[in-house]
Amino acid sequence: MLKTFKIGGVHPPENKLSASENIQVLPVPEKVIIPLGQHIGAPATPVVQKGDKVKAGQLIAQAAGFVSANIHSSVSGTVLSIDSVTDAAGLSKPAITIQVEGDEWIPEIDRSSKPEHQIPSSKEEILKAIAAAGIVGMGGATFPTQVKLTPPPGNKAEVLIINGVECEPYLTADHRILLEKGEEILVGVQILMKAIEVKRAIIGIENNKKDAIAHLQQLAAKTPEIEICPLKVRYPQGGEKQLIQATIKRAVPSGALPIAVGAVVQNVGTALAVYEAVMKNKPLIERVVTVTGKSVKKPGNFLCRIGTPISQVIEAAGGLPEDTAKVIGGGPMMGRAMVNIDSPVMKGTSGILLINEREASRKPMRNCIRCSKCVSACPMGLEPYLLMKLSQFNLLERLEEEKVMDCIECGSCSFTCPSDRPLLDYIRLGKARTGAMIRSRKK
Amino acid sequence: MSTLVIITIISLCAIGIVSAVILYLVAQKFKVEEDPRIDIVEGLLPGANCGGCGYPGCRGLAEAAVKSETMDGILCPVGGAETMNKIAAALGREVKAQAPKIAVVRCNGHCENRPRTSVYDGARSCAIEHSLYVGDTACGFGCLGCGDCVTACPFDAIHMDPVSSLPVVDEQKCVACGACVKACPRNIIELRNKGPKDRRVFVCCVNKDKGGIARKACKAACIGCGKCAKECPFGAITVENNLAYIDYSLCRLCRKCVSVCPTGAIHEVNFPPRKTETEAEKAQAVTATPQTTRETDSKN
Amino acid sequence: MIMNKLLISPSPHVHSGDTIEKNMYGVLIALIPAFICSVLFFGLGAIIVTLTSVVACLFFEYVIQKFLLKQTPTIFDGSALITGVLLAFNVPSNLPWWIIVIGALVAIGIGKMSFGGLGCNIFNPALVGRVFLLISFPVQMTTWPLAQGFAGSYIDAQTGATPLALLKEAVKTGQSVSDVLSAESFVGYKNMLLGNMGGSLGEVAALALLIGFAYMLFRKIITWHIPVSIFATVIVFTGILHLCNPDAYADPLFHLLSGGLMLGAIFMATDYVTSPMSHKGMIIYGVGIGILTVVIRIFGAYPEGMSFAILIMNAFTPLINRYCKPVRFA
Repeated sequence: MLKTFKIGGVHPPENKLSASENIQVLPVPEKVIIPLGQHIGAPATPVVQKGDKVKAGQLIAQAAGFVSANIHSSVSGTVLSIDSVTDAAGLSKPAITIQVEGDEWIPEIDRSSKPEHQIPSSKEEILKAIAAAGIVGMGGATFPTQVKLTPPPGNKAEVLIINGVECEPYLTADHRILLEKGEEILVGVQILMKAIEVKRAIIGIENNKKDAIAHLQQLAAKTPEIEICPLKVRYPQGGEKQLIQATIKRAVPSGALPIAVGAVVQNVGTALAVYEAVMKNKPLIERVVTVTGKSVKKPGNFLCRIGTPISQVIEAAGGLPEDTAKVIGGGPMMGRAMVNIDSPVMKGTSGILLINEREASRKPMRNCIRCSKCVSACPMGLEPYLLMKLSQFNLLERLEEEKVMDCIECGSCSFTCPSDRPLLDYIRLGKARTGAMIRSRKK
Repeated sequence: MSTLVIITIISLCAIGIVSAVILYLVAQKFKVEEDPRIDIVEGLLPGANCGGCGYPGCRGLAEAAVKSETMDGILCPVGGAETMNKIAAALGREVKAQAPKIAVVRCNGHCENRPRTSVYDGARSCAIEHSLYVGDTACGFGCLGCGDCVTACPFDAIHMDPVSSLPVVDEQKCVACGACVKACPRNIIELRNKGPKDRRVFVCCVNKDKGGIARKACKAACIGCGKCAKECPFGAITVENNLAYIDYSLCRLCRKCVSVCPTGAIHEVNFPPRKTETEAEKAQAVTATPQTTRETDSKN
Repeated sequence: MIMNKLLISPSPHVHSGDTIEKNMYGVLIALIPAFICSVLFFGLGAIIVTLTSVVACLFFEYVIQKFLLKQTPTIFDGSALITGVLLAFNVPSNLPWWIIVIGALVAIGIGKMSFGGLGCNIFNPALVGRVFLLISFPVQMTTWPLAQGFAGSYIDAQTGATPLALLKEAVKTGQSVSDVLSAESFVGYKNMLLGNMGGSLGEVAALALLIGFAYMLFRKIITWHIPVSIFATVIVFTGILHLCNPDAYADPLFHLLSGGLMLGAIFMATDYVTSPMSHKGMIIYGVGIGILTVVIRIFGAYPEGMSFAILIMNAFTPLINRYCKPVRFA
């Protein structure tokens, strides 16, 4: 019996079309757009001027505050402008645009592919390197990693959990790096363990990636403190609280952080980025992006520079299919639909999913038949049907009482609803308003 | 048989009388002392409990009115001046006349002015669409057309125009309670003075983008060129963040700004058609157009 | 470049493909074995009654949606169809057609549409119709045709009493339960399991109904909580009574197999709209139905209590939903 989380969950069709495609290196584009706000927290402050020459790996914007991240140039060339640029959602956001000239990297970066195993001994050194490299959660949450590795005073981490679950259908980027960069990831995990001073790490991988599990188990044979934990395929296993429950059987209390049960969760992509930052001195300037979809000619996994226009990444996968009706940044369950496909690949872009006309549009909403399937599907044990109603009538106190703030926005409720009700749409709205109410109360 | 009936009737009556006495005694015992004027004032209010006054329901306003010495800030937007005079009379106070207001929709981005760039397929709610992305047009400030304001209106005074998919306020029904203002996630709707003979001049746009970007998204956008502000003889127009705003307390409805606006973003309503000025205006327009195009070009 | 007309919606962007129709028609498929049994036992009458009921329910649903509520009629979502079939299953197979039509009008018009249509009703529509008929036409509603197969005709079928009614009468006149159950007029447990006895046309064949239950569990249309908690409660409650006084109270097996308990527990109490949402709530609801059914059967005036028990618990559903929350994460 494979491990998994206790309540709720769904199993959407996996559709991992690009699971067997090797990671391809995407050519450097002619122009990159590097947004200043690629992470949760304050947007970074630019440290270059228009017209400046930059090299790949050079710092171009500095973290503005504690919860923020450095941003580096992913290419070499000239800064064209530091101005607002239309982002994927069509809104104007500040970004640095760089015209590419050649591909010159700053000399500090070790570009050899030789795996390094000698990890630095000091915790402070590691955290400094991670912060300097501008690493954020690569699973899509984009929370600055060094902040997550600094537990609030009074809390002690006991175990490091590495998220290699990739429970979103279609996406295969994490699967591929587990297979192709397994050794580096394990070193990254050891670095992370040192950074939070724990003696145990668990890598959770869903059982639909049997090759990756076998590969890592073989590699981890030398390191007994790292355990590879196969998990039953079930969405949303990649949710932080769900993953902690599945791997170490501890439940994070409502409103608390994982550190409350002694766990720190990091994505495999983050572990790889940490390895590169600490061992190779390489900041976060490229990442693996899955381009997939049922109509896509060559679904694949591409190593792209941050700032590459998404349209170019799609081009590498055989171009935008004619029947594309929806372009999604991320997976189908939690990704965001985009209006502007010339927006850039960012640190949190794990995949680009093209949905064709047949599957894109939602069906019209019908009456709730109170079948309670949403209640059974909710991994947090909430009542989505009720939360939607309360949200529609803006009853914020009731929403708070019904624990709307516990919602992880996984979308299992909307996915399962036989009446095609937009449950999560309204719950998200109610959650945002309730959150604002709670914050204003504290002030 | 007949005794049974009589006994039934008598016992029922007895139960009724005893209950009535108990109820009376309890009511006397637990009577809440309240200013009787609150009831009087509440009786004068419309009783819609819309919350447009800022108090919880009509009784809330009545309580506040009785407590307040000056009647400052106490206005029932639904009942208007008439109701407030009555209340002031009932309380033996003076009331300052407050000009009636009306909800004004400050977006003119119908399909022709503002081409649709995407199709929104989520839940029909402006608040949700607003939190998700720019909206189904390139304008991140304009109306989203899902009708949150229509749902919010307790007086059935605002409706979506099926052709333009913009909300239209029914001037007869609108009481300026402000429910739609609160409901609109993009703050398009504003309460403005109803104006003499219901005549009003206002900037029908809230786009704060730079002129070029705004113009690209919508033909009827305010590009912040500032012509109206220069033209205004009363200093009623300010331009801030690439957006003109007419202060209705200073505006004298001369309508000079309307004719100079290059995008037609300034609207006048309920004015008689300008018969005599048409010729002059045309001439003005001919000279004005090339200039404005040049101006917007340079802004691009 | 901003692409023309990309679709935009909040996540999730995929759907399980589950629909109201899939669930409703799934229930209908689960009802097929019971229907076949009733046709085998009651012949033509079963077909006529079911058809009349279904057609009448669809007709009233259409007319009310189209002309009274001015909505687009949704008669093919399967919900009115289920109401029709369940109403028919809850009446004797020799009920005159006009009574069924009245029942359908009450079921759809009062039981469902007056609350706002699908998903809004408080009480199970088919049971509202059934109880209305039971009170308005007590004679016709309690004259049970014997199971004779196609030999019996629709209206003039030979009639007899249901095992439950027999027992109730006998206990009233002072006979002991064991006398009744060993008497020749008693059909025997095997026939009760198969459905070869007097009763409403859909409720008799316990085995067929259990097959339907298994199918619905397999298709994940319903969960086990409500039916199993009803069964368990009835077994425990009647078991205790039986152990206390075997002469006055029948054994649990008799209660399980007789009357509308199976049909009610599997198909009526599990109605999505009128049952609680959380699993804990479902169990409380099931236990309530079980207790009420036994109380009405044994201590009440009616021999059968399932429909009243379900309707009473329907009224408690909002309360159960308010206080019975699902198991939260942590």
